[in-house]
Amino acid sequence: MPLIEMTGVGKRYGTIVALHDVSLRVNAGQITCVLGDNGAGKSTLIKIMSGLHQHDEGELLVDGEPARFGSPRAALDRGIATVYQDLAVVALMPVWRNFFLGSELTRGFGPLRRLDIDAMRRTTRDELARMGIHLGDVEQPIGQLSGGERQCVAIARAIHFGARVLILDEPTAALGVKQSGVVLKYVAAARDAGLGVVFITHNPHHAYLVGDHFVLLNRGRMRLDRRRDEISLDDLTREMAGGDELTALTHELQRT
Amino acid sequence: MTRLLARPELGSVVGMVAIFVFFFAIADPFRQATSMGTVLYVSSTIGIMAVPVALLMIGGEFDLSAGVNVTASALTASMLSYQLSLNVWVGVVASLLFALGVGFLNGFLVTTTGIPSFLVTLGTFLMLQGANIAVTKQVSGQVATDNISDMDGFDTAKAIFASSFDVGSVTIRATVLWWLLFVAVGTWVLLRTRPGNWIFAVGGNVDSARAVGVPVRQTKIALFMGVGFCAWFMGMHRLFAFSTVQSGEGVGNEFIYIIAAVIGGCLLTGGYGSAIGAAFGALIFGMTNQGIVYAGWDADWFKFFLGVMLLFATVLNMWVRRLAVRR
Ligand SMILES: Nc1ncnc2c1ncn2[C@@H]1O[C@H](COP(=O)(O)OP(=O)(O)O)[C@@H](O)[C@H]1O
Ligand SMILES: [Mg+2]
Repeated sequence: MPLIEMTGVGKRYGTIVALHDVSLRVNAGQITCVLGDNGAGKSTLIKIMSGLHQHDEGELLVDGEPARFGSPRAALDRGIATVYQDLAVVALMPVWRNFFLGSELTRGFGPLRRLDIDAMRRTTRDELARMGIHLGDVEQPIGQLSGGERQCVAIARAIHFGARVLILDEPTAALGVKQSGVVLKYVAAARDAGLGVVFITHNPHHAYLVGDHFVLLNRGRMRLDRRRDEISLDDLTREMAGGDELTALTHELQRT
Repeated sequence: MTRLLARPELGSVVGMVAIFVFFFAIADPFRQATSMGTVLYVSSTIGIMAVPVALLMIGGEFDLSAGVNVTASALTASMLSYQLSLNVWVGVVASLLFALGVGFLNGFLVTTTGIPSFLVTLGTFLMLQGANIAVTKQVSGQVATDNISDMDGFDTAKAIFASSFDVGSVTIRATVLWWLLFVAVGTWVLLRTRPGNWIFAVGGNVDSARAVGVPVRQTKIALFMGVGFCAWFMGMHRLFAFSTVQSGEGVGNEFIYIIAAVIGGCLLTGGYGSAIGAAFGALIFGMTNQGIVYAGWDADWFKFFLGVMLLFATVLNMWVRRLAVRR
């Protein structure tokens, strides 16, 4: 049974149709890539899974049961964690405070209930080390880390808190080649750990490096839905770039 | 070293020492221990409010109604007890509910409508400012409330909100101790509790906070209610210290609270600051306020000095933060 299954999902913002009739499955130990141009509806799609928005049409099944998340907390409680495009970290807060934000460890009771700072610092350091990130100081503001490191902290965090589904919104968009590589490694690591991964990107090369399944969105509609063995990188790139439109453009631009 | 430099309080500590040395050098009476009692008292009247205002700023919001809410609480307690001839404690409790209600309303409107708190609380500020005077005139026929000093419960209330005691030749007002307590509680909440973590997060990046499950709305409403609580406390202090309340008081104090918080290292944009820094900011206010009197200068220089301190501290804080965040 898929962890998440969407069938015929639609979503509108007032009069704007952001999504129409989109279907998608997320399986444990697999990476589902959602591709599409800017404004294609990628972020909207994952916001429905992560509880920031609700769908108006179609069905969202989690573990085979219909679900509708009223808040990100509700999605998190079902094991669906999201790492947002705009880097869901609070730049001025220390790394360990970011790592445990919303799920802080405490000790003591009543008015003496307080943060277990030592345990959180230690856990943060250990969990990051397990992913190969060695921070000298987890007390430094997370804004001092590089974009790639921040993404990795967010991924490590999701895995630590028992996510079964990891949703990544364009984690490589703002990164250079080398840092993208590092992030893709952690995406693969999450898959190997048995998580179902939804990987949003508009870079077909990044998608093809790790993806098991590809869904291409175009102005809110599904344009393509293929397993890895059903499509080549070249075809994916061509579809992504607009398919026939690209061929036409190539002719147009060709010098004679 | 970088860690130390990154403390939000740094600018205010430097400013505090500078102001102290300055007035110590030029104003003879400033050197007497008895003056310290007065300086601490004046600082505490600002400092008690600066704590919740700083927390609110760290949480990314402002409260322009804080100053008039102090007066509104005092008026509520005073007029209710006097007009109905009740034990003053009835008024004390009723005004607490009132002040918390104002805080709740501010927080509710800000989180529900998404209108910036600057505007929402400007609205409640104007409403309270007008109502304070209008209702007082209506009820007591003048702009101040009637003296309540011979009413039941006055003495016990005064003992809590407005007493004082002597340490050698120095008179210490109770508000100074309350101030220390509030700063300690504020610091504890901010740095050692889950809600403290949430305060930094909702002010630093509200979308991220929401996405990881922080109760954004509750956090912000609680912060506004914290301001309401301390406004009530200060209102009770003014009422039981003077037995009567001037209905036009408190206007403009909201900016003094904010200035104390900013001098203490709070970022206007939220997500950064400290309760201790706000206490230092209040102390700078108290020292300057009294230092100018002790130096025999025209009291109008006070605002000038406060402005200089504000600019100095903000520039220093900005510079320090850049230094700290640079990799
Ligand atoms: N909160 C919103 N309110 C109104 N329109 C929105 C909102 N979010 C996205 N849209 C619109 O929905 C469409 C899809 O946006 P989005 O899901 O962000 O696309 P992508 O992430 O693929 O770039 C766009 O036309 C965008 O302008
Ligand atoms: Mg997007």
